[in-house]
Amino acid sequence: MEFLTTIGLDHFLIISAILFGFGLFAVVTRKNAIVVLMGVELILNAANINLLAFSKYNGGMEGVMFSLFVIVLAAAEAAIALAIVINIYKTFNTVDLPSVDSMKE
Amino acid sequence: MYELPSGAEIQSVIETLKSSVSYYLPEIFLSALFLVVIMVDLIFRPKKHHPLSLTSLAGLLASLYFIWQQHAMTGREIFFGMYVIDEFAIFFKYFFVLSGVIAVLISMASDELNQRASGLGEYYALVIGMVIGMVMMASSADLLMIFLSMELVSLSAYVLTGYLKREPRSTEGALKYLIYGAVSSGLMIYGFSIIYGLTGETNIIEIGRALGERGYDPVTLMTASIMILAGIGYKVGAVPFHFWSPDVYEGAPIPVTAFLSVASKAAGFALLIRFFYVAVPHGGGAEPLSPGSEWLLLLMILSVASMIYGNVVALWQTNVKRLLAYSSIAHAGYILLGIIVMDELGTQATLFYMLSYLLMNFGAFLVAVIIANKTGSENIEDYRGLGRRMPLAGAAMTVFLISLVGLPPTVGFIGKLMIFSALLAKGSIFLWLALVGILTSVISLYYYMLIPLNMYLRESSEPLPDTIRAGVLPQVVTAGLMLLTLYFGIFFTPLSDFAHYAIRVFGNQLY
Repeated sequence: MEFLTTIGLDHFLIISAILFGFGLFAVVTRKNAIVVLMGVELILNAANINLLAFSKYNGGMEGVMFSLFVIVLAAAEAAIALAIVINIYKTFNTVDLPSVDSMKE
Repeated sequence: MYELPSGAEIQSVIETLKSSVSYYLPEIFLSALFLVVIMVDLIFRPKKHHPLSLTSLAGLLASLYFIWQQHAMTGREIFFGMYVIDEFAIFFKYFFVLSGVIAVLISMASDELNQRASGLGEYYALVIGMVIGMVMMASSADLLMIFLSMELVSLSAYVLTGYLKREPRSTEGALKYLIYGAVSSGLMIYGFSIIYGLTGETNIIEIGRALGERGYDPVTLMTASIMILAGIGYKVGAVPFHFWSPDVYEGAPIPVTAFLSVASKAAGFALLIRFFYVAVPHGGGAEPLSPGSEWLLLLMILSVASMIYGNVVALWQTNVKRLLAYSSIAHAGYILLGIIVMDELGTQATLFYMLSYLLMNFGAFLVAVIIANKTGSENIEDYRGLGRRMPLAGAAMTVFLISLVGLPPTVGFIGKLMIFSALLAKGSIFLWLALVGILTSVISLYYYMLIPLNMYLRESSEPLPDTIRAGVLPQVVTAGLMLLTLYFGIFFTPLSDFAHYAIRVFGNQLY
């Protein structure tokens, strides 16, 4: 019963593993470029939860710092990603990954 | 829970930062150069590329002086162990700045870029941004620093790949690069978080110590290692993390392709060597596959798969850029061979091979730029009959391709020789790896030689002028790279001594 009443490290890790799984699932199965990028955000946030949880239970501040940088870089990456996706839409009139495939062997 | 630091502690932190800055001059200088190039563009709005490219060129060359000064400062950790200065880092700093210089020279020669309608704006600034990121990748000793510098390289590279935004190929390449890059960096950061959880440290030296002393759960460490390998493997373009590379290499402007295939790959290898040699425990002694070092087995699989896949798929490529993309996958396999040996000889061979790859691959792409300027095509078919009409380009391309195959008297031959002899020096355990390497090199002979075959022995179906003139600058750079490829193929001691100098830092890690 203790697993249900007190929240420990395991709970955080399980949540983060689930988020990571969802993110990877979105990346692998979705066709829309925006949704794939959302999947990437889920993966990054899963890593963030991990970092924060470990930081809390290890007693160091490195994890907190690390997760702040991850958030900032995720934002930077999203900015560049959206710029590229907009350009893709202008060129190909779609953001579906399978239909953006003009180069072949 | 966390106490505020006292005044004395803050004082000591500031002291450390102040003393670290003087060891960080190359990076500061390059960052200033990055800003200057942006400013030059904003203030003068140059119609031609010369103000920007010459500023970048001069700045990059000047930064070599600051790197040269660092020879006297080796063996130091700065910024609380986030960053190290050692011979290995200095080697790669030279490597990246020089490849930046060559990339700028190739960009100056490329009509594809110079005829871009909306000007070149931040192109050169982004190239410098990539150089900064790679320089920092080679000297990072902390997971956070590794992540930041890798993202700096990746973000600049995405934009550079999509730089010709009117070209569908370029845009598509950027999208693919971005998607694969974002996913693999996500995997890598998840792997980092697991490593942090296992050890409670972010410094890779501390991580190595903690894992060695306290022990670890092999499955967890293996999961984390695979995830981190996915991030680094994507940077070096090894199978099975290679899916982006043919499309990106074909889509990106040729100078960017050349830069990505040489410098960004080498940055990945620098990180791979530093991270896996230092942080992850590997079995010491004669037995190469002791428990806890399964990642060596992983690297072997990666290397063999890259060599076979890259060389075989390259056989039926018709686009020169795409062909060189598959060849660069194969070369990632050869470079991995040297890392797998994990001794002094192997690491030295790896670094030497990267130097030789710098010369020959930049050279091959430069000739591709010269020919694309004149014919507007990258198809092997359109190379027909060009050898006689562009004597220098033809001769240089032949030399670079012979070097890429690994035949004497070129620097590529010495590189392959060093890698294979490092493998064989370990006795029979790596014999099969060396055999795979040699056999796939033989395969590569066919597709590399298709290009000179078309240039010299086949005639073009369309009438071409008798002589085709290329500009002075690309001719001079091509000739220089060709002569260096041949020169170091015979007098290779300076390069191999330099590579040997670079690996001194791993003295206690190697066995």
